[in-house]
Amino acid sequence: MSRKTVDAIALWAVSLACLLPLLWLGWRTYQGDLGANPIETLIRQLGVWGLRLLIVGLTITPLARILKQPRLIRVRRPIGLFAFGYVVLHLSTYIGVDQYFDWQAIWKDVVKRPFITIGMAAFLLLIPLAATSFNAAIRRLGPLTWRRLHRLIYLIAPMGVVHYYLLVKADHRPPLVYGVIVVLLLGYRLLPRAGRA
Amino acid sequence: MLIRHADDLTENDVTPHDVYLRRREFLTLGAAGIGLGLAGEAAAIPLKGNPSPFSTTEPKTSKEDVTGYNNFYEFGVDKDDPARNAGSLKTSPWTIRIDGECAKPGTVDLASFLRGNTLQDRVYRHRCVEGWSMVIPWLGVPLADLLKRYQPTSKAKYVAFETLYRPSEMPGQKRRVLDWPYREGLRIDEAMNPLAFMAVGLYGETLKNQNGAPMRLVVPWKYGFKSIKSIVRISFTETQPRTAWNLSAPQEYGFYSNVNPEVDHPRWSQATERRIGEFRRRPTLMFNGYGEQVASLYRGMDLKKFF
Repeated sequence: MSRKTVDAIALWAVSLACLLPLLWLGWRTYQGDLGANPIETLIRQLGVWGLRLLIVGLTITPLARILKQPRLIRVRRPIGLFAFGYVVLHLSTYIGVDQYFDWQAIWKDVVKRPFITIGMAAFLLLIPLAATSFNAAIRRLGPLTWRRLHRLIYLIAPMGVVHYYLLVKADHRPPLVYGVIVVLLLGYRLLPRAGRA
Repeated sequence: MLIRHADDLTENDVTPHDVYLRRREFLTLGAAGIGLGLAGEAAAIPLKGNPSPFSTTEPKTSKEDVTGYNNFYEFGVDKDDPARNAGSLKTSPWTIRIDGECAKPGTVDLASFLRGNTLQDRVYRHRCVEGWSMVIPWLGVPLADLLKRYQPTSKAKYVAFETLYRPSEMPGQKRRVLDWPYREGLRIDEAMNPLAFMAVGLYGETLKNQNGAPMRLVVPWKYGFKSIKSIVRISFTETQPRTAWNLSAPQEYGFYSNVNPEVDHPRWSQATERRIGEFRRRPTLMFNGYGEQVASLYRGMDLKKFF
């Protein structure tokens, strides 16, 4: 098999894998299997999958380097875009279904509740990254600027974890697990020689 | 063949007429006693209660949701954990100790309590601090009826409640998610308010473990976490008792925790709620709509300060 074929298969496989949680959620929604509070379940699941994919995206660079498989980097883009997709769905479910476009209530949430403030800020920071996730954008910006811009993810991922942490009432273990993983992945980038993407 | 004569029967063999008339009640309570005598999760026993003027006529939340979507951290922090894990709790035998500032401290044995009380139906709105709500048909007795028997003294300014601590049967207690045992409290006048209710049943049968079997508090004008479950101790105290969520996050959960759409939880607006089973949020009512009965308890108090 040619390299191109392998790359294409890898991209399709990764995209399909990223789509599976959404299909699963869609199926459960259709079956009425989201529990007594389906809207909350949907928002939580979409948010958690957004965060998971952001984290998976952050593992690609270290993995490619450790495995000495530079071409692995190519799957980073679909993972990041899917992460953005889950975050968009997470946010739109909150705005359109949970709050039913009650902009006044939403604005109050954004201003008054730190977890929503942080979540919203993280979403806004993701937009330029998603918007520049195609080859023409990289060419337009120049690889160096593009790379600098995309370092925003080092800020966004921890914000996602904090957003989750602040929402939890008492059992902080799950968000802390994500937090530890993010710290390790970002820490890896501080190692000498690792900083070059 | 021996033929027994009717005159072999003495007066003692005849069921007194009033007892005879109550035979169905006796069957129910007897069955309840048997049910509570079983180890592990007792099979649901049918209960009957008298209607109450305090009941709402709003449509009830489905039994499936009332028994499947619960916050009961003793069995895990997810909403479906209690229904899944609470089967391990043995609710029989069960006694509740009543002590503190009262003339007649003692214990309540649940089985005899059930036998000695006429139950009431109370269909109450239930508002969780997380912004969802239900309408639940409880069975039980007014809390005041229970408390008065132990003759609280003039020093009894508050009533403290405690949940069972038994990690072997309550797996959630193996981790210190909260400072176990779960504790709650009411001011004595709140506890004596006719709305405050001690529930032993739900939807026409004994409580399921995930709903706080065998006996739990229901204070419908306060956020749900005030309605402490699986109670083993009630103490009359002179000072305000510590409460579990207040100990965990004092800036978020006050002692009073009255439902109040104007005082937000730091992480949630309390202005609206989602009634389980409904799509759109609905406005939250002051004191969860029970202002007529309870607003006078808080006259002159700054409810932003005493949240």
